[in-house]
Amino acid sequence: MSGFQTNSRVIKWIEYRMPVFSFLNHSIGAGYPAPKNLSYMWNFGSLAGFTLVIMIVTGILLAMQYTAHVDYAFDSVERIMRDVNFGWLLRYIHMNGASFFFIVVYIHMFRGLYYGSYKAPRELLWILGVVILLLMMMTAFMGYVLPWGQMSFWGAKVITNLFSAVPIFGEGIVTWLWGGFTVDNPTLNRFYALHYLMPFVIVAVVVLHIWALHQFGSNNPLGIDPKGPQDKIPFHPYYTAKDSFGMGVFLIVFAAVIFYLPNYMGHPDNYIPADPLATPAHIVPEWYFLPFYAILRAIPDKLLGVIAMFGSIAVLFVLPWLDRSPVKSGRFRPIFRIFFVLLAIDVVVLGFVGANPPEGAWLITGQIATFWYFLHFLVVLPLLGVFERPKPLPTSISEPVLKGGGSLAGAPAKPMEKA
Amino acid sequence: MRKGLLFGLAALAASASLPLAGPAVAAEEGPALPKLEWSFDGPFGTYDRQSLQRGLQVYREVCSSCHGLKYVAFRNLADLGYSEDEIKAFAAEYTVTDGPDDDGEMFERPGAASDYFPAPFPNEKAAAAANSGAVPPDLSLMAKARAGGADHIHGILTGYEDLVPDAVLQSIFEHETMKNEEKYEADLAEYNDKLEAYNDKVEAGEQARRPLEPVQPQPIESIEDLGLAEVSNFNAYFPGYGIAMAQPLYEDGVAYADGTPATIDQMAADVSHFLMWAAEPKLEDRKGAGIKVLIFLVVFTGVLYAAKRKVWKDVH
Ligand code: HEC
Ligand code: HEM
Repeated sequence: MSGFQTNSRVIKWIEYRMPVFSFLNHSIGAGYPAPKNLSYMWNFGSLAGFTLVIMIVTGILLAMQYTAHVDYAFDSVERIMRDVNFGWLLRYIHMNGASFFFIVVYIHMFRGLYYGSYKAPRELLWILGVVILLLMMMTAFMGYVLPWGQMSFWGAKVITNLFSAVPIFGEGIVTWLWGGFTVDNPTLNRFYALHYLMPFVIVAVVVLHIWALHQFGSNNPLGIDPKGPQDKIPFHPYYTAKDSFGMGVFLIVFAAVIFYLPNYMGHPDNYIPADPLATPAHIVPEWYFLPFYAILRAIPDKLLGVIAMFGSIAVLFVLPWLDRSPVKSGRFRPIFRIFFVLLAIDVVVLGFVGANPPEGAWLITGQIATFWYFLHFLVVLPLLGVFERPKPLPTSISEPVLKGGGSLAGAPAKPMEKA
Repeated sequence: MRKGLLFGLAALAASASLPLAGPAVAAEEGPALPKLEWSFDGPFGTYDRQSLQRGLQVYREVCSSCHGLKYVAFRNLADLGYSEDEIKAFAAEYTVTDGPDDDGEMFERPGAASDYFPAPFPNEKAAAAANSGAVPPDLSLMAKARAGGADHIHGILTGYEDLVPDAVLQSIFEHETMKNEEKYEADLAEYNDKLEAYNDKVEAGEQARRPLEPVQPQPIESIEDLGLAEVSNFNAYFPGYGIAMAQPLYEDGVAYADGTPATIDQMAADVSHFLMWAAEPKLEDRKGAGIKVLIFLVVFTGVLYAAKRKVWKDVH
């Protein structure tokens, strides 16, 4: 965990005037110590950053060929698919990249939920993460409008219309969002401008997110603080190697979908040009919005539905203050673990409900699942913090195996060096 | 130790691997589409050039009088195995409007390889007027714009009254009869509730309107019983069973240049194959590149794994 050293005169020259190299060394290099026991669950943060870069690069290349006008948008996308060199590849990467971005970030978040990574002193880090999630959702929603297919148009209409539920100002807000009296060319134009802008806002918040991360470093599967150098290893080469391998696995799965199932996660209706006069039989958002869509429709009242939907993300902002258990990792919280699994199932159930019309059994299931979602965060977690008896914690990362009792407090920690 | 997290994530992953709207949609719509074996299916799938050429012939001789193919240019037909001269000759058989010329007049000229298939109607209104109110959709993306893909197109073309097997008709009748009965029972329950409220009000001397008793539905035993709109034709695979397009394919409707017998099923399969190509012309490039990319990534990831093992061997 040395300071930054080099023999290169060029690097020294730059470093003296602007210390970028020692900055990188402390950020992702040998100068950044990380707990030695991070599992593969800790790969998803760097994977999310990697996916963000993929999205920005393919997005900028697509923007060079795309036309944001209601009369030409659909045609220009088809031109990309047919006539632009490797245009089909760019578009399929960007289209499926959005889905993979959400898969990666959802896993990243559930990792945080399980290991209590949102707890002190990482509250701000977590909150910045939720801000990123919100920004991602806005970006993805506006991006989906750009090809101007049937689902683009009707999805935009349904979602923007939600704001009409706001008392008094509702109609005014919606007209303002649309830039007119319906979803039309001004809407498409502003969505395109914002879709181009927002990823860079995300980049900025990711920088803050990582800044906050580096203040205390990563949490780890045991949820206890590293006690000294024997519990840590330098980020480079250990985690750069591990993250690179994870990236390889990710790329294999990503490529398999892009090349063999590129339209699997999409909706066939979006290959029909937008038609304001023909409403599709079922308007469904992209899969990654389905749980939230289910919460929206579980409640018969429009305004309350919208509040519940935003509330489902709002609870994540206050999560660090809802879960008061002093133990971070779910490994040592026997009851929490059960509820964690239930929550994961609950979110999946909400996803299925969101994909189906809100009638009969689907509506009731959606209502129960919505109720459970809020119960988990607002009631179960606060109560568990008081009533759950956690298992005894190991004293240090290097000595995770408890050999009975608290007598271990003074046990010598194994040094990091080779045994 | 990590069972909790893994189990939770496995549950999450399940959501991505299941077709989300599957069960509900299947229950609502009619009989399952017959699935054909297409040469373009699977990771090594490619188009069958012979079938594409026959499909083009069917499109040109039958469908093109109503349906456009606006994203396909004549030059793209090189994919079907035609030479440059053949394409030029093919394009020249079409007349396209060009202009304005130096005098400001629009003029007509024979098609060139760079032209796109011309639209059959000057505008949507004309298309609707010629087809009893329904606009025949452009077919360029049809194979990607319907859940069943090429099977859907094949199903529509072979889903007419005289073409579908009796068993399929029977299953539709049973399905619709059941749906009607379910609706009747729900209506009846609602009616009984309303009637009770009505009786209470009458007893209390209040004014009230007597609810209407729902009519017991007749079982559906024939296509007439489905009550389709007059201008529509029965089709087993079209949502609602009534399609504005009259049966377009008839035995020997085209004389195939390669001598293949032009049965309805053969023509339907060929034109569906052709329309899949029209919707996804880069499918072969994509699948071909995919294999190379995946082989590279698997090897590369193997190397990364070995490197990771080497770096980590001294950490316990
Ligand atoms: C006489 C005009 C006419 C001809 C010829 C014709 N169609 Fe159609 N087609 C229509 C009309 C009109 C519709 C719209 C039907 C509706 O919406 O009810 C339609 C709809 C379709 C659809 C859409 C079905 C759906 O799921 O929405 C397909 C696919 C189709 N036609 C394929 C073909 C093919 C392939 C051929 C040539 C073999 C063909 N059609 C020939 C008039 C025609
Ligand atoms: C653009 C999206 C995101 C990027 C690029 C990103 C990036 C990262 C990176 C590189 C790390 C360190 C590696 C790791 O611990 O896995 C990290 C950690 C973390 N992220 Fe994110 N993240 C993103 C979104 C989110 C979201 C949406 C949340 C949750 C709301 C979140 C919560 C956290 C937390 C709590 C940590 C610390 C984890 C720990 O050390 O246990 N992140 N993030």
